Amino acid sequence: MKISTFFYNFGQGLKNIWRNKMFSMASIATMSACIFLFGIFYSIGTNFSAMVKTAEEGVAVTVFFDEGISAERIQEIGDEIGKRPEVAKYYFVSADEAWETFKVEYFDGNEDLAAGFADDNPLANSANYEIYLSDVSMQPTLVSFLEGLDGVRQVNQSEVAAKTLTDINSLIALIFMSIVIILLAVSVFLISNTVTVGISVRKEEIAIMKLIGAKDAFVRQPFLVEGIFIGLIGSVIPLVLLYFLYEQVVVYIASQFNFLSSMITFLPVETIFQNLVPVSLILGLGIGWLGSRITLHKHLRV
Amino acid sequence: MIRLDHVSKSYIEGIPALNDVTMHILPGEFVFIVGDSGSGKSTLIKLLQKELEPTKGRIYINGQDLKKIKHSKVPKYRRNIGVVFQNFRLLPDRNVYDNVAFALKVVEAPNRDIKAKVPNMLSMVGLAAKYKSKPHQLSGGEQQRVAIARALVNEPKILLADEPTGNLDNTNAWEIMHLLEDINAKGTTVVVVTHNMEIVKAMNKRVITIKKGAVVSDVGGEGFED
Repeated sequence: MKISTFFYNFGQGLKNIWRNKMFSMASIATMSACIFLFGIFYSIGTNFSAMVKTAEEGVAVTVFFDEGISAERIQEIGDEIGKRPEVAKYYFVSADEAWETFKVEYFDGNEDLAAGFADDNPLANSANYEIYLSDVSMQPTLVSFLEGLDGVRQVNQSEVAAKTLTDINSLIALIFMSIVIILLAVSVFLISNTVTVGISVRKEEIAIMKLIGAKDAFVRQPFLVEGIFIGLIGSVIPLVLLYFLYEQVVVYIASQFNFLSSMITFLPVETIFQNLVPVSLILGLGIGWLGSRITLHKHLRV
Repeated sequence: MIRLDHVSKSYIEGIPALNDVTMHILPGEFVFIVGDSGSGKSTLIKLLQKELEPTKGRIYINGQDLKKIKHSKVPKYRRNIGVVFQNFRLLPDRNVYDNVAFALKVVEAPNRDIKAKVPNMLSMVGLAAKYKSKPHQLSGGEQQRVAIARALVNEPKILLADEPTGNLDNTNAWEIMHLLEDINAKGTTVVVVTHNMEIVKAMNKRVITIKKGAVVSDVGGEGFED
């Protein structure tokens, strides 16, 4: 195809958007509404995931050692823990550190009581590894691994916290995926309907083009350009709206529901848009392109 | 130039729109194809454009068997045939110039050719002054002239006209027929499907009559009788 033909068809595609103003506006509105809804659910879902992730990071597994264990063996156990993929970070807490922390937590204001234990650390056998997981759902696997290690006396875990967080995570993923699938299905249906109406109005134009010797590609190109531009505009509009709305909503929630601000932290708009922008643009362009192509296909058999 | 060998076409099995039609049109001929509504005239034009496939028989254009043309090669084939429709079939949102230029754009003609050929063609059909008008601003006769200009701008060897005077008054109909005669005089083979017997009789050309899908008479020029 010649460059001049490409530019001609590109120009025709843009002109078609103007020539078929009503159809173009209907398509852009449909696309915008779908991507706007998608953006809202994406923002909510991402914020929830981030909150759950933060909660997960606070759930620790603690490993205590057999009495009289050597420092080398403790080091070896630490190395083996470090090799586990589900482990995000781990710390060694010596018996003295454990006692110091205990004193601060339980003898605050009654230091004289703690002083009674001056030279006799009651937590002498409480040296431990404090382990934080990157994926809390892997906690049972890690615990059974730790319990099987030589020199490990006891493994403490918060089974309920881990299970609750895992369940919340799965629920969010399920709800988010269901909403996205429903939205996508609705978008494709609405957009292909709008494109079908738009193209059937121009069936005659397509037939004339074909009868005077236009190749399929020549007929298709302006429609594809049109579909892609409608998709692009239909995804940029909701993204701009969401950008400003998100900040407003976050500020509003923080000011109106003070009690929530201590429990939840919203992600910055830049973090949300890092993925939302490319995903929405690809969705918009893809649906616009695919919708035009599929619908045109049956009209090209002249 | 155009040869049909025992061509039949049925839309519904057992009910032929065209039945065993054989005809041969030579290069440079001017031929009328006449018949009542539903006789199969438009089906014939659609077969020649390869818009439809015959149920039986073979069609040869310039020695080329239409059945052997692949789907991807159909556009190239159609560019050698100019077609004029009864209802003009112009692009309503484009002006006269763009409607004619469109036929050249479709064949990816260079812009300089388009700029040279379109004004020439519009002068030939007498519409040079109205190149900026939209189809709805033109009379029926003028719209048909635009359609003829669009059909001829690629210099096809064959011009098919399907009821070109069907929507025109007598004066405009005659103007269009004279234009087609001029085009034929320059060497283009012209096939006109019509039911306007007054024009057919007056023009003294070869006339092929189709009735119920079959050729019932084929008489040349002065031999035509009602």
